[in-house]
Formats: sequence, structure tokens, C-alpha cells
Amino acid sequence: MVQTAASITAKARGRRKKRLSAIWLQFLGSMNLAISLLVVVAIASVIGTVLPQNQPYIDYLVQFGPFWFEVFRLLNLYDVYSAAWFLFILGFLILSTGVCVSRHMPAMWREVTRYRTHVREQSLLALSQHQRWQAEADTDTAAAVATGALQGHGYRIRTEQRGDSLIIGGMQGRSMRLGYILTHVAVVVIAIGGLVDGNLPLKLMEMRGDVRIERENLPLSRVPSESWIAPETGAFQGSVNIPEGSNSGVVFLQLRDGYLVQELPFEIVVEQFRIEHYPNGMPSSYESDLVIHDPDLAEPIRQTISVNHPLTHRGHTIYQASFGDGGTRMEITGRLLDGTGAEVPISGRIFEDLNLELGAMERTLELDDFQLLNIQRDTRAVTRTGARSEFVNSGPSFNYTLRDEAGQARYYHTYMAPVRVEDQWYYLHGMRMDEGEPFRYLHIPIDDRSSMNFFMEFHQALHDRNRVDAASQRAADTLLTQMGVANPQLVSQVARTADEMIRYLLNGGFGAVEAHLESRVQGAANAPMLREFSQAVLQRTLFEIYLEMLADRRGVTPAALQVEDPDRRFFEDAMNAVSGVAEYGAPLILQLDHFEYRQATGLMITRSPGKGIVYTGSALLIIGIFLLFYVSHRRVWAMITPKPDGTTDVLMGGVNQRRPEQFEEEFASLTRSMDQHLGSVSQKSKD
Amino acid sequence: MAVSRDQIIRDMRQPSYWQRLSWKDWLWAAVMVVATAVTLIVLWDAMNYYEVVITAITGATMMWMGWYWAASKIYMSAVCLISLFAISRYPELAAAEADFFLRYIGSSQSAIMWMSALFPAATLAYGAGLLTGNAFASKVGTALTWTGAGAGLIGLLVRWHETHLYEGGIGYIPVSNLYEVFVLFALMTALIYLYYEGVHRTRTMGFWVLLIISASVGFLLWYHFDRGAYQIEPLVPALNSYWMKIHVPTNFVGYGCFAIAAMLGVAYLIRARVADDSPWAARLPTLKQIDDVSYRAIALGFAFFTVATVLGALWAAEAWGAYWSWDPKESWALIVWLNYAAWLHLRFTKGLRGKVMAWWAIIGLFVTTFAFLGVNMFLSGLHSYGEL
Repeated sequence: MVQTAASITAKARGRRKKRLSAIWLQFLGSMNLAISLLVVVAIASVIGTVLPQNQPYIDYLVQFGPFWFEVFRLLNLYDVYSAAWFLFILGFLILSTGVCVSRHMPAMWREVTRYRTHVREQSLLALSQHQRWQAEADTDTAAAVATGALQGHGYRIRTEQRGDSLIIGGMQGRSMRLGYILTHVAVVVIAIGGLVDGNLPLKLMEMRGDVRIERENLPLSRVPSESWIAPETGAFQGSVNIPEGSNSGVVFLQLRDGYLVQELPFEIVVEQFRIEHYPNGMPSSYESDLVIHDPDLAEPIRQTISVNHPLTHRGHTIYQASFGDGGTRMEITGRLLDGTGAEVPISGRIFEDLNLELGAMERTLELDDFQLLNIQRDTRAVTRTGARSEFVNSGPSFNYTLRDEAGQARYYHTYMAPVRVEDQWYYLHGMRMDEGEPFRYLHIPIDDRSSMNFFMEFHQALHDRNRVDAASQRAADTLLTQMGVANPQLVSQVARTADEMIRYLLNGGFGAVEAHLESRVQGAANAPMLREFSQAVLQRTLFEIYLEMLADRRGVTPAALQVEDPDRRFFEDAMNAVSGVAEYGAPLILQLDHFEYRQATGLMITRSPGKGIVYTGSALLIIGIFLLFYVSHRRVWAMITPKPDGTTDVLMGGVNQRRPEQFEEEFASLTRSMDQHLGSVSQKSKD
Repeated sequence: MAVSRDQIIRDMRQPSYWQRLSWKDWLWAAVMVVATAVTLIVLWDAMNYYEVVITAITGATMMWMGWYWAASKIYMSAVCLISLFAISRYPELAAAEADFFLRYIGSSQSAIMWMSALFPAATLAYGAGLLTGNAFASKVGTALTWTGAGAGLIGLLVRWHETHLYEGGIGYIPVSNLYEVFVLFALMTALIYLYYEGVHRTRTMGFWVLLIISASVGFLLWYHFDRGAYQIEPLVPALNSYWMKIHVPTNFVGYGCFAIAAMLGVAYLIRARVADDSPWAARLPTLKQIDDVSYRAIALGFAFFTVATVLGALWAAEAWGAYWSWDPKESWALIVWLNYAAWLHLRFTKGLRGKVMAWWAIIGLFVTTFAFLGVNMFLSGLHSYGEL
């Protein structure tokens, strides 16, 4: 930073023999080292952003394969910013900057305290900004004019008599040099603060074997004591989910592929969690009513925290970070799909795993999540239905996983109430085989009482052999009669085919029916016609069953039944849903009857004792940078020498390395005011 | 000796900063005080403590800006008056279609479209000046740049009003997503450039700087038409903070400066190949001018970028629970900061100038662009507010 002075001293020193420590200091404080380190830090930071940090190790393993996974793990690339090598480089950078500042400090001090009144005429003449006057005035007046000009322009001056000449040394903008010191000290201060708040102490504890990262998901009471950290031991950043009405005295620190339990010196009770939404369903704000019970406090603290408004207590800051379900209790009816129509009452909380005994089968039901609101944008809602908003709420839904005896899982998402899709209402039951996939929804049409009962009865009826037989007979009869064929044997043959197709439909959906048909008609001369006829028979059979049930439901005879458009639409939807059920992959359909909503607040709790240090460093940095850039340190000298002929020679020269253009203007202004006051200017020269 | 020594010294004292202010400056100050007071009175109930402070600081900054840079007085007055006029005709969203003035000029979409037309037009005008050496063409370029910057700022200010017209109280300062900050980037870069144009009394740099502004306008238009990004969407709770009002604009002073420095780097490399007696030499800025403006732009950018990063850290400490989480955006901000820190070090200590620094400034823009855009496009993290 100090150009001339530093390089001169460095040269002088170079002639002497250096000691080893001096060479080391020179190396540590050198700009080249600092720049190289900056580059390494920058590259390391790039790695840390390109490779997602602190993911579960299994994800990396899948992504990179066993070999590179291990290489990257050894290099600590999954947590670059707390890797030993990264911290080592940072430490080195602090050291280097520190050495640089301390090495330059003496030279800097000389720069701001000395007015360099020992300057020679030749050096002034060598400056690009200089001016010479042969003034009629005497030395005193000339000195007064020079002093006036310099002080008038804000310069501080020192005057010294050297030989014949009077030298006035002036300077201004010394705080620029302070800027240099502040910026560099600030970097060191910020880095120290960062180290205090980093996880270096934790690493040391881990290396000494005082703590051990727990990798298994255990209930708190069963986490072994070596994975616990005592309160107020150091900096940490942890998180904890607390359901409404519950409390916690710990937070969990996520570390690499596991976690640690950090004890708090107080206990947090969450009384209530609230969330507000924008019309489009996005959360607009969420907040938690907290009560802090601290043994050191006479009264517990009650405060509401929200996003951007944390609470700080005893050096711990508690943030509203997220939210989730806190164990909503649900009453569910499980309706078996095996044709028995049996119902299983289920009751449980979100995050509970339940064992379902379903006749010969056994399934594990994992209640995963619950959503109170499901808001979608429906741009046609306003114009079509006169709704007040284009956003539509489809009501509560819940997520669950069903595992079979082998542990194979399928994931489900079920709505409590019917959802409007293209002007029709359906009960939506989503299913996916893999958590990454989108849900595919089974659309069960609602009946005239807005329930799925009618569909369930229809689906159940398809399992009734007698009923299907009778319906298929009727269907075959009707169709063959229409075609003008009267052959009882053919009727029963066609009816049998229909029975068979319904079994395929129930087990594998329309896809299975198609495949079956394809294999049957293969090679036949009139294959397309046969296929079409079979499909017509299947549809007619289903329709016969439907008609019978509909008549029953309306209390009329099938003959007297008026089948209208909505009834036909229901039938179409029901057929699709029957096919969908076959692919649904669950032995039962869940219907949510009742729930007690309970939310959990996600708190992030941090303790960063280095925060003050970092903030102080940041303030120093900003002040330093503005001083460095916007104050320029400049020097002007006036050398006043009496001449034998009674005139006075005034030589003025100035220097400013940072902003020569601006200084040119200032120097011109200085010389102008000199011109005005030096009276009769006998000679004025630039060179 | 007619006068005493003390008298001389007293006579030669230069007028202080305050004494050098003219009556126009004081009139401007009075207008700013009144405007700030009126703003505070009208919006008092809607503001919290921090917003009152921010408003006061904004008023003071505008006052100082007007003193420091005379041309900005006209700009600020025109923008404020037109924006207020637009807002006065805008009681509900439907007015944007119904009202003639809003529909064609004053609504945020129209104003931003005007900006998107004016900046490319300015580029062409400056380009014509460069090709023909016609001074008038370049003058037109300057006028178009001022107007474009005005249209952009009017667009943002009116959009601010528009956000408050939506149902459900979603109002926010429009610097919250990629679309809005691109407008901010374009107008901020233009204003910083116009300042240097005034200082150096040369329009030869205009074409180069306007190129990058036009490029950002191109992106903005693609983003507008292809992605429908102009839609006003409510804020996520973490952004709903007074910090956004200071963190984002500060950052964009930095980005704007770095962009100017990079484009001047291009100009430098071209000018360095042109012989001094060639007719092109007069139409391009001198190497000295480029060098000076590049340095000043990077210094200003670096200072503001530092402030912005510190403000970001303070905000992060309040919203995310840690002042520094090594989030991709934070890490890239650090990389940008380190890059320009190294640039400044080499210039200060090694006195490095010329082509190397020009190349470096150009590469610096790529680093900055990645921090600004690339992080949003390719990396995920806490700071993913403007996704592509």
C-alpha cells in the first residue's frame, strides 16, 4: 500500500543480511502470497457452491459411485467450509494479512506524521505538479502567502528553515492511510470472529473423542451421552421442531451424516403456532408464541417470534425457520377393495406407523404429512362461477405410505373432500411408486350424496359372481338380439367371456383387458371385429350392473329408470375409476372422516459469540474502504529562498498518487491563489 | 506590507463546502425537506421505525445527490413528478388499461417497455456517433439514456404502487425478483455511466456501456415474453423486511459499476490497437479516460458491494439465523469481492495498468454475472428468489 516509502526501506533492508525469521515474515506478509491465498479461497468457495453441501451421504454415493465418493469424502468436499484444509488456508490468510499490516505500520506511521520538510529542490522540480515564482515580495510575505494558500485549501503544514531556504511542508487526507490500516485489520477481525463462530472447537472435541456424531434416528432419551453437548460451550447453529403445546430444551446440530444434541440453558414452550396466507395459498407470514423458562429468571419470558423477527435470550437467538405438522390426529375409515365391502376404522397421528391386519394381508401404514389447505389457481373460476378470487382451495389432504410384508412401499396422497376437476367432482387419491415422481390420481366420482359410497358399492358389485353372471347374460342377449342373432348357446358363451373380462378388469384395469383380448383374438380372421364386439359386451355388462344399482338406489324398476346425462357421466367415470383402482396398488382406500389439526413450529437456534467481532470488523471494513477510496493523501511543499537581487524564489510542488487528475485541479487552484497574492509576478515558470 | 500575515491567511481561505452551495442548491434542499416531510406525514401509519429512518436517509441522499451532481436534480424531479402523476390516476389495477396516460406511458409495464426501447435506441445513437464521429448523434444518445433511465425508475416506482393494489396486501418494494432487479440493473448502470460522462465531458464511452445495458434489456424482454416474469407475485416471508429496501439497491450499484468497468475494458483493448492519428482515435475515449473511469467505477462498485454484502449478512442474521451460511449466493459474493479486491491491490501496490487490468475487468464481469444470474440458474440455496 505504501508505494515509495515502503519500497525504499525494503531496498535498504535488502542489502543487509537477512535472518531466517525476517525472510519468513517477508514471505508471510508478501502480496504474492496473499493474492495466491485469495485465489485458493475463491476456488474452494466455488467447489462448495457447485457441490451441494451437507447432503445425506447416501445421495453423494449414488451420484459419484463408491470410488469418487470416497475420494471426495477424504478431501472433505461435502463440507468444504469446515474442512480442516479450508480453515487452515483461512488461518494462513489471517496470518498473512496480519503480518502485512504490522510490517507496514511503521512506514504508514511515518507517512502520516512526517511532513518531509527535508525535501530538495531537485525532487520538487521532478514532480509533475510544480510551479516557480520570482516574487518581488520579501521572504516573510512569500511564506505568509504560501501558508495562506495551503491552509486555505485545508492543508496542515510544518515549516522548517534549511540553510537559506524556508520549507513549508503541507499535507492533507491523512485518513486515507488510516483507511489502509482499517481495511486490513478488519479482514483479520472478521476472520477471527468467523473462526470463533465456526465449528473448529467442535472439530477439536470430536478429534479428542469427547463427542461422537450420532447417525441413527433415535428418540431423544436414547441418544447416547457422548452425542450431547453441554449448554453454553461454544457457537452452534441447530434446529428443532416443536409441536404446539410441547416444549424442548435441546436443539439438533446437523453434522455430516449425523447429528449432535445441543442442550440449551433454558426450555422453550411453544404455546401456539399461526400461519397466514396470501390469496394464492403462499404463506405470507408465520409466527410462534414462545415461553422461555429459564431457571435464572424469576418470570418466564413470553414473546411471539416470526420470520425476520427473532428473539435473543442469553446469547441464544431463536428464529422462526419453518413449520410443519405437529402430529395431527386423524380418524380414518379404511375401505377394503377386495369386494367384501369391509371397513376398518383407523385412528392415528401424523408421524405414527400403524399395523393394519387386513384379513390375510398385513400392511404398515405410515402417516407422513397433513395439509390443511390446498390452493390452486383456477383462472376461469372468477368468470365461470362468480367466485371472488381466482384461487380455489381444495381442502385438507394427507400423505401416507403403505408397506407390504416385504417392506415394499407405495406413497399416497388423499384428499378429504371432493375436488372439482373440469366441472366434475371427484375424490382424489394419488399414488406413486417412487418419492421423486409426481402423484397419479385415481378419480372416484361422487354420488348424489357427495360421497364415494355409490362407486364403492358398484366396485363391490363387480366382485359378485351371480350378479355379474346375470348382467352379462342380459348384456349378451341384448347385443346379440340387436345384431339379429338368436342363439342361446352363443349368448352363454359371450356371457362367460364378459365374466372373464371383468375379472381381468378388476385385477389389472383396462390394460389387462386389452392384453387378454389381444391374445384371444390373435390369428382370428376377423380380429378387429371380435375385439370391438368383446369391448361392447364388457361395457354393456358393466352398464347393466350400473343400471340395476341405479334403479335400486332410486327405488324404481330398471325398466322405469330414466338414465340422464349425469348418470352416464358417472358411469364413464366409474368405469375409469374401476380400472384405476386395479393399478392403485393398495388393498384399501382411506377416507378421512375427522381430524384434529396440530402444527409444529420449526425453530432455528443459534449461538454465535463471534457475531459482535464480525460486526465490528465489518464496520471497520466499510469505514476503511471509503477512507481509502474517497480521501486522497496529498502533499504540497513550498520552498522559499531569498535571492541576492532582493526578490524571492518560491518553488511549489505537490504529489498525489491516487487521483492525479483531481490533484491537478487542486494544484491549479493553489497556484492561482498564490498568483493573486504574490503581487507583481516577475517571472513564472513551470519548468 | 500593507496587509498583515494573518490577513493574508484569512483572505486566502477557500470557501467551505456549505459556502460553495448556490441558492439553487438551497432551494433543492428545501424541496427535498418538504418532500420528505410530506412523504412521512402521508405514509406515517404504514411505516415502521426502520422505514421512517430509511425514508429520511433517502431524502438526505437525494439532497446530497442534487448538490453533488447538478444534472441529477432534473432527473429526480421529473421521475418523482411523473410517478406521482401516474399513481394519482391509479386507484385500482383496472386503470392500467382504462386510463390513456397509464396505458401508454405511466403504468409500470408501459414505462418498463419504454425503457426497453429507449436503451437500445440510445445504443444505436451512440453507435452512430462512434461510426460517423457526429457529435449530435452522441448527444441524442445521452438524451435517450437519461430518458430510458427515467422510464425504468418510473416503472419501478409505479410498480411499487401496483403491488399494493393487489388483493391480500401483498405490497412490496419491487426489487424482490430477477425481473425487477434487471430493470434496476439497467437503470442503475445507465445513471452511473451518465455521471462519469458528465465528469469527463465525453460521450465516447456511451456506446460501450450502453451495449451491456441493451444486453440486459434483451434478457429482460425474453424473461418478460417467454416466462411471463412481469407478473406480480407475493413475497415469501423471509423477503418481507425493510432490509430488502437497502440491501438490493446497494448491491446493484456494485453490479452496475462492475459492468461499466468491464465494458470500458473492452473499449480499452480496442483503443489500444488504434493508432493515435487515426480518425477513430477521436471517437474513442482516451486510454487515460478509460483507465480513470474503470478505476473509479471499480472502486465505487467495490465499496458499495462491500456495504451490500455486510447489509446482506446483517439481514441473513435476522432472517436465516446466521450472518454467513456459505450459501451459494454468499460464497459467490465472496468470490466477486475477492476478485475485485485483488484487482485493486494490484493497481495500488504494483501500479498495474493497461491491458492486463482491462482483461481482468472483463473477466470480472463474468464472475459477477455468475454470482448475479448463474447462481440462480444452476445452484440452489437459501437465496433462490429469482429462479429462471
